[in-house]
Parts: sequence; structure tokens; C-alpha cells
Amino acid sequence: MPAEGARVAAAAAGRQERFRRLVTGELDRLYGLAYRLVGRDAEDAVQDCLLKAFRSLDRLSDEEAAGGWFTAILVNCCRDRGRARQRRPDEVELDEDVERFSLFRKVADEDPFPYSDSLHVDFLGLFGRDDLHAVLLDLPEIYRVPLVLVHMEGYSTREVAELVDAPLGTVLARLHRGRKLLEKRLWEYAESHGLLEERTR
Amino acid sequence: MISCSEAVRQLWEYLDGALTDRDRSRIDEHLGACLRCCGEAEFAGELRRFLATGASATLPDDVRQRLLASLDDLEDLDDLEDAR
Repeated sequence: MPAEGARVAAAAAGRQERFRRLVTGELDRLYGLAYRLVGRDAEDAVQDCLLKAFRSLDRLSDEEAAGGWFTAILVNCCRDRGRARQRRPDEVELDEDVERFSLFRKVADEDPFPYSDSLHVDFLGLFGRDDLHAVLLDLPEIYRVPLVLVHMEGYSTREVAELVDAPLGTVLARLHRGRKLLEKRLWEYAESHGLLEERTR
Repeated sequence: MISCSEAVRQLWEYLDGALTDRDRSRIDEHLGACLRCCGEAEFAGELRRFLATGASATLPDDVRQRLLASLDDLEDLDDLEDAR
């Protein structure tokens, strides 16, 4: 039935056009977020997001809410990719050592800049953007995602709970542990990458 | 007054403004009396600012072109997924 075929083709073209209109202005933002969440896998994560979003386009009733809808889908695609790639299991190192670790105290005790009046700020100054990104990407996905969303992207903890479909208490606990683990990993990174030696040389 | 370890444990939440009024005033009271924890709080603030200025990426032109081109194939990919 050619008429029926033409109607189906027109509907498909309309759907594709609607999707293109909704997503084109979002690509920069989605890619930037994906880069923070999964680094060099960002393009693949956005690609996953486009396909998933397209497949569920009929469920988007309010086009004004498309930005948040794309974000939620992308965050989930990034979580899937992050979990698949991570070298260390999620709950690693969350022992007493991490819970008690204080980067502030560590820097004060080790005193890598004996003549500095601002050694803590100096310590953070050792890290370029790429260094911080590398430390974040090496964190387990369950800690990296809330840290990036709250502290880099400016989402509230309540919004993050919705985005990752987890109870608020879980997000707060992961943020807390994630910050402690980040502090510890920043110190370890500075040591293992010779940042402290370069500075004191 | 709460202990240093209890105060430090809640510092980020304190800076986030995520504590209850009661917990916040307990931290305020502690910070008013403990120089070391004031240092911890100041550093936690620095660390938050440091994170906020972390890595960002602009969408490279070639990636943009590939993503836009892929929009034309979504219908076919959708059918493929359905067929799986």
C-alpha cells in the first residue's frame, strides 16, 4: 500500500526532524559534561545518549524539559561506560584509612614547601587541569559522578539523586566518601607523578 | 562542643549549606574555638574552588560533524536495535 508506506515514511522523517531540532543546541553542553565524566570516551557516550534518547523520544512530552531529559540519559550512558572501563572495583579503599585521611593535615605534616606561607594553596597549584581530570577519571564511577555533577557542574544533591535515580542519603554518602577518596588520590598522584619533586627542585 | 574529627567530617556539607541549623551552629561553635579546624575549613573551600575550575572541553568540529551526521542514521540504528 504505497499511501500507507508514504505516511509511515513521513512520520519517521518528522520524528527525526523533531529530534534534530531538540538536540542540535545541546551537543556542546552534552559533550562537555561527558568529557568530565568519561574523558576520551565522551564522543561514544554522547553517541549512546543520542540513540537512547531517540528511542524514547515519544516519552518526552514537555519539550521545554528536553535539556534535563538529555542530561539524565547522558549521565546514565556515562555511568555504564565508566563502570565498564574502571580498573578498580567501586568500593575499593573505603576503609578507615580513607575515612580518616585529611589532605590538609597530610600537606601540613609532610610540609613539601618549607618556605611557603600558603603551602596548601601551593599544593593545589601543582595540579594542572589535566592532572585533576586524570585523578577524577581514576575514581570509581559511583564517586566521580556525584563529585563532577555537584562540584563542577553545579547541580544540587537533590537534582543528582534524581539524575542517578538514587536516594538522597545515598548521594550524600557517596559525595562524602568521594571527597575523602579524592583527597587521598590527589596526594598519591602528586607523589607518584613527581609533582612534589618538580616544585621543590 | 563537638570533637575536631566530627567537625572535619562535616566540613564539606557545612560549606555546601547542606547541614541542619543545629549541626551548622555546632560547627560554627567549634570553628570559633579551634584554629586547626579553621585551617581545614579554609582548605576545604580552596579544594571546592579548585574542583569547580577543573577540566572542560569544547566540542571539536570533527566530533560535532560526526554527531550531526549520525542523526541521519538514528532511524536505521533504532530498527537494528529493535531487531536484536
